[in-house]
Amino acid sequence: MKDMHRISLRVNGREHELTVEARRTLADMLRHDLGYTGTHLGCEHGICGACTVLVDSGPVRACLMFGVQADGTEVSTVEGLSVGEELSDLQQAFSDHHALQCGFCTPGFLMLAEAYLAERGSAGSGAATGDGPHAPTEAEVRELIAANLCRCTGYQGIVEAVLATARARRAAAGPADGP
Amino acid sequence: MTRKEDLRMLRGRGRFVADLNRPGLLHAAFVRSPFAAARVCAISTSAAREAPGVAAVFTAADLGDPCLLATLERDEFVPTPMPLLAGDQVRFAGEPVAVVVADDAYLAEDAAELVEVEWAQLPAVTGIAGAVDGAARQVQAGLAGNCLVDLLMFDDQRLDEIFASAPLVVGGVFTSARVAALPLEGRACLADWDDRDGQLVMNVSTQVPHQVRSAVAQALGLPEQAVRVIAPDVGGGFGLKCVVGREEVTVAAAGLRLRRPVRWIEDRQENLTASFHGHEQRYQARAAFDATGRLLALGADIDCDVGAYSAYPFTCAVEPLMAASELPGVYKVPAYRARGRAIATNKAPTAPYRGVSRPQIVLVMERLMEKAARALHADPLQLRRLNMIGPGEFPYTGVNGITYDEGSYRESLDLAERRVAESGWRAERDELRAAGLAAGIGYVCFSERTGYGTPTMALRRMRMTPGYDTAQVRMDPTGEVVITTGTCGHGQGHETTFAQIVADRLGIHPDQVRLRQGDTDLTAYGWGTFASRSIVIGGGAAARAADLLADQLRQIAGSLLEASAADVELHDGSARIRGDNRAAVPLSELARIAYFQAHTLPEPLRYGLEARASFDPPGTFSNACHAALVAIDPGTGAIRLRRYLVVEDCGVVINPLIVDGQVLGGVTQGVAAALLEQIRYDGEGQPVSATLMDYLPPTAADMCRVDIVHLQTPSAFSHTGAKGMGEGGMIGAPAAVLNAINDALAGTAAEFDHIPVLPEDVSRALAAGSAGAVPAAALAGEGTG
Repeated sequence: MKDMHRISLRVNGREHELTVEARRTLADMLRHDLGYTGTHLGCEHGICGACTVLVDSGPVRACLMFGVQADGTEVSTVEGLSVGEELSDLQQAFSDHHALQCGFCTPGFLMLAEAYLAERGSAGSGAATGDGPHAPTEAEVRELIAANLCRCTGYQGIVEAVLATARARRAAAGPADGP
Repeated sequence: MTRKEDLRMLRGRGRFVADLNRPGLLHAAFVRSPFAAARVCAISTSAAREAPGVAAVFTAADLGDPCLLATLERDEFVPTPMPLLAGDQVRFAGEPVAVVVADDAYLAEDAAELVEVEWAQLPAVTGIAGAVDGAARQVQAGLAGNCLVDLLMFDDQRLDEIFASAPLVVGGVFTSARVAALPLEGRACLADWDDRDGQLVMNVSTQVPHQVRSAVAQALGLPEQAVRVIAPDVGGGFGLKCVVGREEVTVAAAGLRLRRPVRWIEDRQENLTASFHGHEQRYQARAAFDATGRLLALGADIDCDVGAYSAYPFTCAVEPLMAASELPGVYKVPAYRARGRAIATNKAPTAPYRGVSRPQIVLVMERLMEKAARALHADPLQLRRLNMIGPGEFPYTGVNGITYDEGSYRESLDLAERRVAESGWRAERDELRAAGLAAGIGYVCFSERTGYGTPTMALRRMRMTPGYDTAQVRMDPTGEVVITTGTCGHGQGHETTFAQIVADRLGIHPDQVRLRQGDTDLTAYGWGTFASRSIVIGGGAAARAADLLADQLRQIAGSLLEASAADVELHDGSARIRGDNRAAVPLSELARIAYFQAHTLPEPLRYGLEARASFDPPGTFSNACHAALVAIDPGTGAIRLRRYLVVEDCGVVINPLIVDGQVLGGVTQGVAAALLEQIRYDGEGQPVSATLMDYLPPTAADMCRVDIVHLQTPSAFSHTGAKGMGEGGMIGAPAAVLNAINDALAGTAAEFDHIPVLPEDVSRALAAGSAGAVPAAALAGEGTG
C-alpha cells in the first residue's frame, strides 16, 4: 500500500498542491510531478550537488530530501532565476565567463551561488564593520563551490562568474548603502 | 563570442533524456551480478512479474541471443560478443542478467530486488599479472593467457644491440590506475515505437547517434531505417558515450516487444561499476641514449587491463594500438620496438576515455627524459630540446610511420620556460621549501593527433572504420541558414563554433545560423564526436559545404547584378561587387529570389540554396607544453597543486572562450588522474569505489588557477586551419604533475612512476627512505594494486 500525503508548497512563487508518496524525493517530485526538470540528478547520494535547490532560501540537495518534507515551504529552482527572457546577473556572468559546457551541473551551481550571494548581500556576513561583507576571495569561492561537482569546466569559469557577480552587486549596492 | 547553448542551459530549459516524458512511459531497472565471475544456475522472475506496476521482466532466455559484437580484422584479435543480458555466465560485478520494466522507477527497482538468481561463484581474474599467468582462469572461453590482442607493432632488429652498447639506458615500470570518465549525466535512453513512421525512436545520451543506430539494427536484426536515434542535450561524455552500451540495446528490445515507451536512467553506482572504465595500463619501457643525451632507441611492453569485453564499435584494442603506435610522441626516436596487449579481466569493460593512452605514453616519455637527464647531470629541458622534432623538420615522419604536421614544439617549451621564470614560480617554490614543505616544478611536452579520418583509422582494421563526416548547409528563403552535421557535440559548444565557421564564409552573423546535430533522420551518416575530431572533420565538412553555397550565392548575385560571380563578395549580409559599394543585394533578397522567383534564374541556379560536402582528413597534430608547481606536506603526504601553465597550439582558434574551456576541463581531469581518481577492486573483483564518497573526482578546492597561452600554427591538413584540442589538457596534466612531485621529492628516496600518487604513497616512500631501506625503483608501479 502506498503511503500517500497531501502537501502544498510554493515553487518559484507559484502555489502547488499535490499528493505525493512518502518515499518520493523532492527532486523527483519537482521534476516529474511538477515539471521543473531544470533540477538535475547527478548522483542521488548527496555528493554532486546538481540537484541543489533553495528551500526557504537555504540550499539543499533535492535528492536527499523527501517531497513531503517540503510541505509548507517556499522552494526556488533554476527556472525561477531569470525574470522573463532576461538572464539574471549571475546567469549572464556564467555565460560571459564560460562557466558551463554540457550544462548538466549548471542549475546546481547557480542555486548554490545564488544562495551564497543573497546571504552575503542581506546578512552582512564577513567583516563586522557595518559597511557590508568584504568582497569574497577566490579561495572562499573555491571553498563554496567545492560543494558541487562539474566534470567539464575545471571550475575556473564558475569561480570567475561568482566573483564577478559578487563584485558587481557590491558596486551596485554602493559603499554607503551597503546593508 | 559567448555560446548559443548557454541561454537554455542557464534557465533550466535544456532537454536531457531524463527530462523527456511520454504517455504511458515505462521505466527499466537492471538486475546485476554481485560477483565478478559466476555461473548463473537459475533465474526466477515470477515474483518480480507479479509485483505492483510491473509490465515485463526479461532475461537472456527471453531475448534470444542478440549481442554487441565489436570486431577488428586482425588475426591477433579475439572478439568477445557481449550479450545484451548475460546468460549462463557473468564476467564482472555489475553485469546485467535481467531487466524489469515497470510504471515508475521506484516500482521497477522494487521488483528488480524480487528477481531471484542462483549463482555459483567462480574465481575472479582481477589484474594483469594474475591474468597472464598460465594457471589463471580464462575470462572468456578459449582465451590463452587472457590476451585479447597481442600486437608487435614495431620490431627494429637492431634494438637489442643498441641497448647492449648504449652509454646510457634508463627504464622502469610505469602504471596508471583504472579511472572513470564520470560525466555528470550518466548514460540514459528512451525507446519509443512510432506506429506512424514504423520506426523505433530512441533518445539516447550518446556521442555517436549513428553508431547506436547501427548497433541496435545489427543486434536486433532491423534495417537501419527502422531505427531513429536522437541525442538530445547530453550531459558530458568524455568517451564513455562514444561506445554503445548493452543497456541501450536492451531498452530498445524492450520497447520493440512492449510497443510502449521505455526509459532507463543509469544511476551513479551503475555508472561507476557497470558502465565502462579506462586507462588501466602498465608499461615496461626503456630508452637508450648516447653520452650527449641523444635518444638512440626506445622499447616498450604495453599491457592494458581492458576488463571482460570489447566495447562496440572500437574494440578493446584501441588503447594498446594507440599506445604502441604513438609512444615516441614529440621525440625523434631512431629505433623502436613496441608490443601492445589487451588483457581480459573480470572487471567492467573499457571505452576510449579522454586521452586514450596518450596521458600514459606522454607520462612514460617524460619520465624517461627526466631519468636520463638525471643520470647525465643534464638540464631536463635541454635534453628534451635535443631530442624534439624541431623547427624546420616538419612535416616529420617518425619511426612509427606517423607524419607530424607543422607544430610549435620547441617554441611552446621555450615560452613555457620563460613564463615560469618571469612569473615567480621559482621564488614561490623556494618560499614553500623555506616553510618546510617539499615543492617542485614539472614540465611536459607533447603533441596530440586529432581530426583523423579513415586514412588513419583504417590502420586499426576495425570492421566499422570511422572517420569521415558530412555536412549540409541550407539557406532558407529569409536568408538564414541551417547546418546539419554527423558530429554530435555534448558540451563543446558546437552550436556556436559551427555557426561561426559557416557564418564567416557566407558573410552573415552567427546568430543567423542554426546547427542541427544528433538525429539520424536529419543528418547524413556520421561518426559523432570523439577523438578531438569534430571541429576539424565536422567543421571542415561544414566549411566546404558553406563554400559551395557561397558559390551559388555569388552566381545568383552575378546574374542579377550582371557581373562575373568571381567579382562578387559576400559581406555583412549582402552580396556586392568587389570595389563597388553601390551594387549590393541583401542575401535575404537573393534567397527570396532563389526560392520564390526561381523561374527568373538560369536553370543551374534554380531550386533552392543548399550544398553538401564531406571531409575525411588524415589528421593533424596539436601540441602543448604544460608546467606544474606542487607543494607536498612531508608530514601528511598531502600534495597540493599551486600553479599550472599551459602553452598550447591548436592551430587557428575558432572560439577562444571554448578552446580555453576545453583546456581547463581537460587539465582538471588530468590533475585528478595524477592525484585523486582510482577505480578500485578488491581481490575477489568486487568494485569498492562504487559511490562518489569512494571515487574522488576533483572539486574546485583541489584546483588552482590555470594560465593558458596560445600559439597558432595553422594546419595544412584541415580545411579551416584548426587542429583538434579536446583531449590535450588531459594528456599533459598527469605527467606534468608527476614530474613536479618527483622534482619536489628529489634528494629523497622517493620516486614515483605511477598515477595517482596518493598521500599514503608519499608518506610510505618518505618513511622507507628515512629508514634507508627501499630503493626508489621498488616503489615504481605499485600504485594500482
